[in-house]
Amino acid sequence: MVDIQNRANTSTPNRHQNGGPVNGHGETPAGDGIARLAEEARRWEATTVQQTIARLPERTGPFTTVSGQPINRLYTPADLPDFDYLRDLGFPGEFPFTRGVQPTMYRSRYWTMRLFAGFGSPEETNARFRYLLEHGQTGLSTAFDFPTLYGRDSDDPLSYGEFGKCGVGISSLADMEILFQDIPLDKVTTSMTINGPAPTIWAFYIAAAEKTGVPRGALGGTIQNDILKEYIAQNTFIYPPAPSMRMVVDTIEFAAQELPRWNPVSISGYHIREAGSTAAQELAFTLADGLAYVAASVHRGLDVDDFAPRLSFFFNAHNDFFEEIAKYRAARRIWARELKERFGAQNPRSMWLRFHTQTAGQSLTAQQPEINLVRTTIQALAGVLGGTQSLHTNSMDEAIALPSDKAVRLALRTQQIIAEESGVTNTVDPLGGAYFVEALTNEMERQCYEYFDRINALGGVIPAIEANFFQDEIARASYEYQKEVDANRKTVVGVNKYQLDEAIEIPILQMDPQGERRQMDRLARVRRERDAARHAAALTRVRETAKREENIMPALIEAAHAYATLGEITDVLRSVFGIQKFSTIV
Amino acid sequence: MVTAIERKIRVLVAKPGLDGHDRGAKVIARALRDAGMEVIYTGLHQTPEMIAEAALQEDVDAVGLSILSGAHMALFPRVLAELHKRGMDDVLVCAGGIIPPDDVEPVRQMGIKGVFGPGTPMDEVVTFIRANVRPEGHA
Repeated sequence: MVDIQNRANTSTPNRHQNGGPVNGHGETPAGDGIARLAEEARRWEATTVQQTIARLPERTGPFTTVSGQPINRLYTPADLPDFDYLRDLGFPGEFPFTRGVQPTMYRSRYWTMRLFAGFGSPEETNARFRYLLEHGQTGLSTAFDFPTLYGRDSDDPLSYGEFGKCGVGISSLADMEILFQDIPLDKVTTSMTINGPAPTIWAFYIAAAEKTGVPRGALGGTIQNDILKEYIAQNTFIYPPAPSMRMVVDTIEFAAQELPRWNPVSISGYHIREAGSTAAQELAFTLADGLAYVAASVHRGLDVDDFAPRLSFFFNAHNDFFEEIAKYRAARRIWARELKERFGAQNPRSMWLRFHTQTAGQSLTAQQPEINLVRTTIQALAGVLGGTQSLHTNSMDEAIALPSDKAVRLALRTQQIIAEESGVTNTVDPLGGAYFVEALTNEMERQCYEYFDRINALGGVIPAIEANFFQDEIARASYEYQKEVDANRKTVVGVNKYQLDEAIEIPILQMDPQGERRQMDRLARVRRERDAARHAAALTRVRETAKREENIMPALIEAAHAYATLGEITDVLRSVFGIQKFSTIV
Repeated sequence: MVTAIERKIRVLVAKPGLDGHDRGAKVIARALRDAGMEVIYTGLHQTPEMIAEAALQEDVDAVGLSILSGAHMALFPRVLAELHKRGMDDVLVCAGGIIPPDDVEPVRQMGIKGVFGPGTPMDEVVTFIRANVRPEGHA
């Protein structure tokens, strides 16, 4: 299994080695100028600052980001001694894409406003989809319930109590057809947060579209389908890594051949961050995963320029405003360089890091839920200033509930106000050139490469997963953060500071009480009414294809059309691939 | 005064149902270990039978159920029934995760003594377990 351990041993250019005495085309003072500035900065610290601190001390600090990254009092060009605009930033839409993957960014088109939605039965989620589209959302995003996420039918004994609770329950093509009823799938792009069973759910979607007359080539959307981060953080894996990676490459290959507008993977850091990682870990682990997918696809014989343009990303937008912006900018630059230099990509689109952003669910509080609206706004703004292509804003009730209609509408309005009223969309990468932002971007990149070195030393992403490397890093960061909060060294407004002695009153979204019954009845009807011969043949074909080195997607699409259920298909794949057990390591 | 060597409090941290969120369970497990308890973490996807069986095999003093999926009202009664079947009514059962305010009292009524929602400091859980496990020396 080829992995990122095979990268060329280049000293990565942007590690800011002082390459020469004079910066040939920098806009910042070179050589002597920088030295003099640094000297003046030291003088300022020693005199002006110290005099002030003597009568007006700074807060106790430490002054760190939410990830623990120390932040200086002030940043000047002296913090960017090696800065070279053309090398380090370039222009938006041109290598290294630090300032944005697209030259005009939001002046041409705002990011897609794409709110994650899903609960109960397909009918209820379909209604929420249409509500959001009516209120100005520009793309769909689907949340599935836990049974669906693990490839189990709604009536599986292990699904007891779980139907529709965390997302919509989908057990067959019949459910998928209802989920997207009256939604033109050739005009709306759909993202689906599904991983273990992603190829099957994608097959259901493709089949549902085909049944409404939309050919697969016209479909645009994304399946998350980032199995590596499942082992690392989100845990919705089913099979072991090798067959899971095989299926991811199958989807990458199938998309390249048949669905040119589809993003077959959304390489994600969101969940890694929600599990408790730092921003640098989120950045490094996500990009490492992405590079592993590229390597695996190239290993199969795919041309990098045939598939890389459709790899997409998904990042968290957490509390520390500037840390997040630096993270996104560093991500773009690192990805572009790696695709170009390590994988030899020629097509600039192969080097584009396009990403969706979700504001940090983990930062929301059940206490004083209205203030979550404020948190989400700041986080969303960071995503926008970081150049995101797509954005989900959490609703204020989401610390403990699924969003009500009103709360989700407010989340959407948050994006619309940023887009239309704040002015930040008038120019591309407004924070580019800010000394702090560029210094922090460089630092994020440096830390990312340190993690790449550690992952490579373990033999690559999959060996590192097997060694519990990522999981342990995340668990430790998560515990450290909790200790900081409990000791009041990190403030959570409403929880350890500015508390209110009021009961938590968040209305819990009520499901349609008939929804589950309807779902079970439909499932029974599907099993009764489908063509038994076609169904049996389809499952046999899935089994045989899984055993061979053949792309699994056509067999899954046929199984979808034959109304095989998610559980039946997943059971067949489990019987061929085996299952991956859950860890008991803390 | 000579004291007997204190037996460490043994806690099973369990993830009932299909819920895949394990950040809180792992944080609590670390906190309990740092507080001197012995912690066994079940990992994900535990049925009520598996949880009760593990609690019995590991001879625990307390079971902590971590659940964020919304399936708590369906699964908790089954877990308690399985513990009861195995004669473990004196095991302290606590719950944490996402348990909406309206469900807290019903959950307590089931026999789950401690319910710890979002924002609970770790030492509150530690203190509660220490104060509420069965007394030392119980057979």
